[in-house]
Amino acid sequence: MINLTIDNKKVQVAKGTSLLDAAKTVGINIPTLCYLHLHDLEITNKPAGCRICVVEVKGRRNLAPACVTECTEGMEVNTHNIRVLNARKTVMELILSDHPTDCLVCPKSGNCELQTLAQELGIRQIHYQGEQSHYREDTSPAIIRDVDKCIMCRRCEMMCNEVQTVGVLSAVNRGFMSVVAPAFEMNLDHSVCTYCGQCVAVCPTGALTEVDHTNNVIRALADPNKTVIVQTAPAVRAALGEEFGLKPGTLVTGKMVSALRRLGFDYVFDTDFAADLTIMEEGTELLDRLSRHLKGDKDVKLPILTSCCPGWVNFFEHQFPDMLDIPSTARSPQQMFGSIAKTYFADKLGIKRENMVVVSIMPCLAKKYECSRDEFKVDGNPDVDFAVSTRELANLIKQANIDFNSLVDEDFDRPLGESTGAAVIFGVTGGVIEAATRTAYEVYTGKKLEKVNFDQLRGMEWVRSATVDFDGLPIKIGIAHGLGNARKLLEAVREGKADFHAIEIMACPGGCIGGGGQPLHHGDSSILKARTAAIYREDESKVIRKSHENPFIIQLYEEFLGKPCSHKSHQLLHTHYFDKSKPVEIE
Amino acid sequence: MASVNIKLSDQKIAQLQAICKEFNNDKGELINVLHKAQHLFGYLPAEVQEVIAKELKTSLAHVYGVVSFYSFFTMTPKGEHPISICMGTACYVRGAEKVLDEFKRILKVKVGETTEDGKFSLSCLRCVGACGLAPVVMVGEKVYGRVAPDGVKDILEEYSKPQ
Repeated sequence: MINLTIDNKKVQVAKGTSLLDAAKTVGINIPTLCYLHLHDLEITNKPAGCRICVVEVKGRRNLAPACVTECTEGMEVNTHNIRVLNARKTVMELILSDHPTDCLVCPKSGNCELQTLAQELGIRQIHYQGEQSHYREDTSPAIIRDVDKCIMCRRCEMMCNEVQTVGVLSAVNRGFMSVVAPAFEMNLDHSVCTYCGQCVAVCPTGALTEVDHTNNVIRALADPNKTVIVQTAPAVRAALGEEFGLKPGTLVTGKMVSALRRLGFDYVFDTDFAADLTIMEEGTELLDRLSRHLKGDKDVKLPILTSCCPGWVNFFEHQFPDMLDIPSTARSPQQMFGSIAKTYFADKLGIKRENMVVVSIMPCLAKKYECSRDEFKVDGNPDVDFAVSTRELANLIKQANIDFNSLVDEDFDRPLGESTGAAVIFGVTGGVIEAATRTAYEVYTGKKLEKVNFDQLRGMEWVRSATVDFDGLPIKIGIAHGLGNARKLLEAVREGKADFHAIEIMACPGGCIGGGGQPLHHGDSSILKARTAAIYREDESKVIRKSHENPFIIQLYEEFLGKPCSHKSHQLLHTHYFDKSKPVEIE
Repeated sequence: MASVNIKLSDQKIAQLQAICKEFNNDKGELINVLHKAQHLFGYLPAEVQEVIAKELKTSLAHVYGVVSFYSFFTMTPKGEHPISICMGTACYVRGAEKVLDEFKRILKVKVGETTEDGKFSLSCLRCVGACGLAPVVMVGEKVYGRVAPDGVKDILEEYSKPQ
């Protein structure tokens, strides 16, 4: 152990601990901007670039960045004497001298780490005036880059390259001209960006934000000729409360429904219903491939990969174009919902699809891109009109003067609002495959599941594998979250080194609860754990916990679809994938 | 940012791959690989960077990040006669900047650019080790010493004649 003093407090830490982490153990929070450490996921960014965390170390000539300075025996550290404070404020003023001052109308205002820190440091004047760097704004279907607000913390770069291995963002050019940008400074929509939004989730400023659809929703709600229906993804209910000051992990399902009704949606439905539907389709596809495989069919493709996650779909279309026949052809729950809403439900209401607007509330930014895909449109009319993030929903609620915390719980409308516990766990890593296993087991074996929970499929480890006994038939399951881990698993499959029957992949760390559209965690990974626990609580609280037992799913097949993977199902609920590994084009 | 759209021949791709292999396809050797590739092509067009990214198993954005960081690397094809003006200390104090300005004025290009007819490109370098001849200008492999601004026109004329 190493002994040192920080601000005259005795500290004992293990060898290799940084000054920043050591200070935390004695209640000293040294401010940072570039540093990011998600403990439970082992994600770290410490380029020592911002220099906000400088501290004075006795006997050392220069101030030391606390994030990358290791504790040594007998060190005497001061984190807030006048020399340190002056230096820290100077660094802050220099950063602000090349930053726009339009905070009042910035989408990140109130949630911006730079703004918060400027306040905390008591910056009232920027003494350094000079030229500011300017760069064009880049708007894609999901993410907006406003590089003028970038402070070069490199968090987005770390997420994009090391965690997701998508490799779109890099620091380019030099000195004052340097920016974080895709190769050849092309726009995001020309790059291999998956729109997973993890860059947005960690950006400390307004440099990376989502495309905002709140005004489109407000306009649709105000249009008397439109029937506006809303669906809410599983992960939203476990995080929305954070935007209203509730403790992370607070389930706000009932309040959320109540708020959506007050916003004026004609029907408040649940993406969870479509998640149950996904299990029916994807589970049937799994069992079909499995039984053909067992009969010795050499052409059948195994493992089957889940296809609920649009970031993941974008990833394999760009990076694994040789493996497009492996993922399930089932559309994501968002798209299944839209498709059923604008056919089955529109018919029930006796209205045309053009007069129906489907809004989805998603923890995800890639969903914005997904609903804009041409294959999910009928004569130009999209199945899902607008995908808005959890953060945008919070904004809509605030704009409508709704006191969220005092709302009384309400229930979803029927028929597309009824769901099971299997559907809600879609929001966490391992959840989709657990839900599929619950149904596939009962359908395959004809027996009733003794225990609904599959603990071996749960957890936060990046790559997991488990074998589930299907009445004597061992089913091998693989799980990965974070696209970098998906890549590892997929490369193993490509090389024939992985003999799984089914693999679940979620693009975001932790699954959808850690999605790019969720309330910002600002580097606190305990928030992700609390959301995960909330999702499993919601599952436990449900009376029905297996998708195939959802009475309204049964009714949908009886009245409309026939049976899973029927011709009609294929038309409405399945899709195909495209090779998007196009060569670079530069204008 | 703009680059000429070229299509690499299979032979060139093979040569590039050989360069990467020479450095064991190690992404830590990116700068060395780019250096050799630029020697082969004269510049680093997008497609070359793509092949390198793929071979070294690194992202295209990262390769471009390195190319755009170092002024030595260029994505603009060099002219038929690349002109380099030494900006080392000795040359600089003996008026290299005025010589450079004269080249810029006559050729109507900035440093790092190529003339529209593709004949000349202009760049700066640091010390060719001929400080006694300062200021020094190189055209291709040929060295010109003690160049004065009014001598620039004569140098250019040498290369403008039909050969």
